[in-house]
Formats: sequence, structure tokens, C-alpha cells
Amino acid sequence: MHDTVKSFQIREIVCIVCPNGCRIRCAQTPDGLQCSGQKCKRGVDYAAAELTHPMRSLTTSVKTAFPDSPVVSVRTDGEIEKAKLIDVAKALGQVIVEHRVKIGDIIAKDICGTGVNIICTSDRLMHP
Amino acid sequence: MMQEQIFDVTVIGAGPAGLAAALAADHAGAKTLLIEREARLGGILKQCIHDGFGLVRYKEKLSGPEYAERFIEQLPQSGVVTWTLSFVSQIKRDGTDSILIVITREGMKQVRTRSLILATGCRERTSRQIGVHGRHCAGVFTAGTAQYYTNILGKLPTKRCVILGSGDIGLIMARRLTLEGAEVVGVYEAKPTPSGLTRNVSQCLWDFEIPLHTSKTVTRLFGDARLAAVEIASVDACMCPIAGTEEIIPCDALILSVGLIPENELAESIGVPIDAKTKGAVVDEHNETLLRGVFSCGNALHVNDLVDYVSESGEIAGKAAASRSNCARGLVPVECDNSLLYIVPQRICRNAEKQDRLFFFRSARDMDNATLTITKGGNTLYAKKFAHLRPPEMERLPIRLTPEQLVGNEPLRFHLEDSEHA
Repeated sequence: MHDTVKSFQIREIVCIVCPNGCRIRCAQTPDGLQCSGQKCKRGVDYAAAELTHPMRSLTTSVKTAFPDSPVVSVRTDGEIEKAKLIDVAKALGQVIVEHRVKIGDIIAKDICGTGVNIICTSDRLMHP
Repeated sequence: MMQEQIFDVTVIGAGPAGLAAALAADHAGAKTLLIEREARLGGILKQCIHDGFGLVRYKEKLSGPEYAERFIEQLPQSGVVTWTLSFVSQIKRDGTDSILIVITREGMKQVRTRSLILATGCRERTSRQIGVHGRHCAGVFTAGTAQYYTNILGKLPTKRCVILGSGDIGLIMARRLTLEGAEVVGVYEAKPTPSGLTRNVSQCLWDFEIPLHTSKTVTRLFGDARLAAVEIASVDACMCPIAGTEEIIPCDALILSVGLIPENELAESIGVPIDAKTKGAVVDEHNETLLRGVFSCGNALHVNDLVDYVSESGEIAGKAAASRSNCARGLVPVECDNSLLYIVPQRICRNAEKQDRLFFFRSARDMDNATLTITKGGNTLYAKKFAHLRPPEMERLPIRLTPEQLVGNEPLRFHLEDSEHA
């Protein structure tokens, strides 16, 4: 049994779903993905995604036209491919917010063709 | 003669702890004043634009400003009086009342309050406190300062930097600066293990292939007006640099994430006893200090790793401050040996109505299959097993303790036992 497990590649993944940060040992076996070390089912889902198509949410800031708050914080309203994080951050470097937006307002739609919107995460422009 | 304004509860600091404390005190019917020195409410959350806040409390992954807004938006409907751009310059005691001198934009004000809640947060350790020597040039920032420049002022403070210390803000800033186009050469940690949460090491460093070097530190700075390079050396088990291991790394900034210290200048000015382990006030389970009518909460009490627990700590203080009495508390000391970094609260009220008590602790080192025991005068009151304990990851422990268990003046002793040592 030990040898069978050994012959499959084992990867340790740190789950980032919650603050527990479970270290999940994953092995791809003929019976599918075997996981151990996670405290809940969300860990299995995270590990499965992590091994095939890692997804992340992105938080960053964009420039504004207002001197009282030269930048305002934003985030993706869903997850994007991990590999696209830098590209999306670069694209957002070109954005300038010209209205006094509030939390939840859409700053950019379908950013870089990911199907995910960029939304504002701060009310600082509402209270100059 | 200044006119004195009178409140039941006054909260100093409108970060996550202070906001929660003020709202809880107001909810419990107290006439509440919230004092904030900055123009905006929210404390450090304003600049923490990364997500992960509120996972425990709201089951949502909020950014810092979004989390703060959940509390700030409740203020207009509450009875809380809020003073921003106001600074408490002096506290005097009159019996168990506190008298505050507050500098505001309208001038100096005097406040008399029945209960005082200190929600003053914490400060970052600086280069002077960790003994980084060499040129005093520009380009040495704490991680929080780099975060302020980047996220509030919109100015990138570096093009190529070295991060010293692997605290959570340092890890968060490694990712943040990378996303903004700066090069993070590496994160260097003098200890053999990272100081931040495991999930932050994973999502902030590994995701961006930023190297983490443990058992290494910065030993010298080079540069004239601006930092030009740092010298890195390996350290031995005693954290002393090892000769011959030095390397020079060109960079324009050194960013420090080398620890946080509770801010207790005001607390100390009125003689609130401080715990040498937490660097915060000694409190009972209601977060009341040994000075009657003075409460402490949030990162001023002990440095937390989750804001959700900071808010909870504020709520405990706010609720208790609103309904406090001067009846004898029957304080039982709570102690820990060196298997724990610290335990909070450090006292338990034998006479408390509620038998459910909430403890927070950190283990002194990484432990697997550890058993926590609580004893009093030779009797074991409680035991619990933990699969993993790491000093950076604080544990929250609700325990029911009956008045019978708390009879006698012997302290409650917390102890952790490794499976290897069992």
C-alpha cells in the first residue's frame, strides 16, 4: 500500500480559503485525487482547482482624478486565472477613475476577457 | 475654565477594535464618545486593501476598507458621538472615572467618562529597534509605511527592494509591490521559520515566485542620499551573523516587517499594569484592566492576526464598559509557562455571572499533536488536543469554568505538551 501511494506524485498545497491555512497532501491516483490534511471539504475543492486551473481573486488600486484620494482600492468580483494576475494588474494601471465611486461600483467590466468585473472596495471618494 | 462633557463610555481609537467597542457600548444603552486622531475612521484597515477580512465574522472575503465600512455605516443610526481629528493629550483619574483632555479642531475639550476603552492599536518595530546599522539614508521603510505610500498616496516607494522579516504585512507587501511592477528580490527572515500565516506565504510569495530565505538577516546598509544596497548574512541558532556568509544585494529600498508592539503610552500614563509577554494591559475576561473602569481591546491588548477577533475583543470591552459596576471581581490569576508565548485574559472574575470564558493564546514554538491543559492547585480543569500549533497562528478557546472550579487563590495554569515529550 505504501509503495502504491509512493509511486504517485505527491504535492503539498496550502489552502488559502480560510485562515486555518491547512496543508493538504494531494496524490493523483487511478481512483482520482486523494487528499489528506484538510479540515473541511472546501480544501478538497481548492486542491482540485489548484492542481488543474489555479484561480485567485485580485486586490489592487487604480488612479483617480481626485487630489484628495489619488488612488482608490478595487478588487475582482470573482476569481481569475492565477496566470493572468500580473496582466490584469498591468491593465488596471491604465485606468483612471473620474467619478466619485462607492463600494461595489463597477470600475471595469470583463477585465482582459476574464468575464470578471473590477469593483471599488472603498468609500473614501464619497467622503472627501 | 473648560466646560466638562460627560459620557458613560469613551473609546480612544476608531480602528476595528474601537468601532466595535463604541457600537457595542451604544447598543447596551451607554452614552458613548468615540475619539479618532485621523480625519477618517477605520484605522489601519483603510490601507489594507487586500482581501481575507471578515472570513470568520461574515463568511466573506472582504478588503480592509469594506470590512471597516460594515461598522462605520452603523454609526449614523447609533447614538455614538464621533470626534475625528481629535487627540487625547492627557488622562487623569478621579476615583474610577477618567478625565480626558482632548485637542480638537474647535479647541481643547475636557471629557469625564465613567468607563474608558483604550483601542489604540499597535505600532511597527523600526530599524532602530532591530539594530540595522550603516548609513542613515532614505529608502528604509516599515511595511506599513510602504503600504501607506502605495495604497493611499498612490506612490510606489521602490523599484527593487529587499524585505526583512516575514510578518504578514511584509508578505502582503511583497505581493502588492510585485503587482505594481516593482521587483522584490526576496524576503529574508532571521528566524528558521516564517513569522506570517502559512496561507500568506503561499498566496503572496509562492504565487509570484518570490524567494523566502530563512535564518538570514540584513547586517549593513549602503548608499548616500538613497539606499543603494544591503548586506545579507546567514545567522546561527542565536541569531548572530556568521562571518564569511555576507552577500551584497543592490536595491533602492529595505522594507521591514519585523513585528508589532501594542501601543500603550496612554495606558501607562495612568498606571495600567502591562503584561511583559503581550506588551498589552493585564485584563480580565471582560477586557477590564486592573484599573477599575479602564478597558483595553484589539491590538493594543495583544497583537492579533485576524481582524474578526479584534472586533470581537472590542465588543467584549464595549458591552462590559456600558454596564460595569465597582463590585469586587474576585480576580483569579491566569498564568502560562514557557510552552506558551502568552495567554489572554490574564485574570478571571470568580464572581462573574457568565461561566463561559474566552481565552486567546499562542504556542511558543511549532507543535504537532499538542495537548493543552489547564490546572488549578493540582486539579486538571480542562484538556484539549491540537493537531498543529504555530506561534504566528493565534488560537481562540472558549471554555466553561464554574464558580466551584475557581474557588481558592491558586492561579489557573496553562501548559502545552508536545506528543514527542509526552
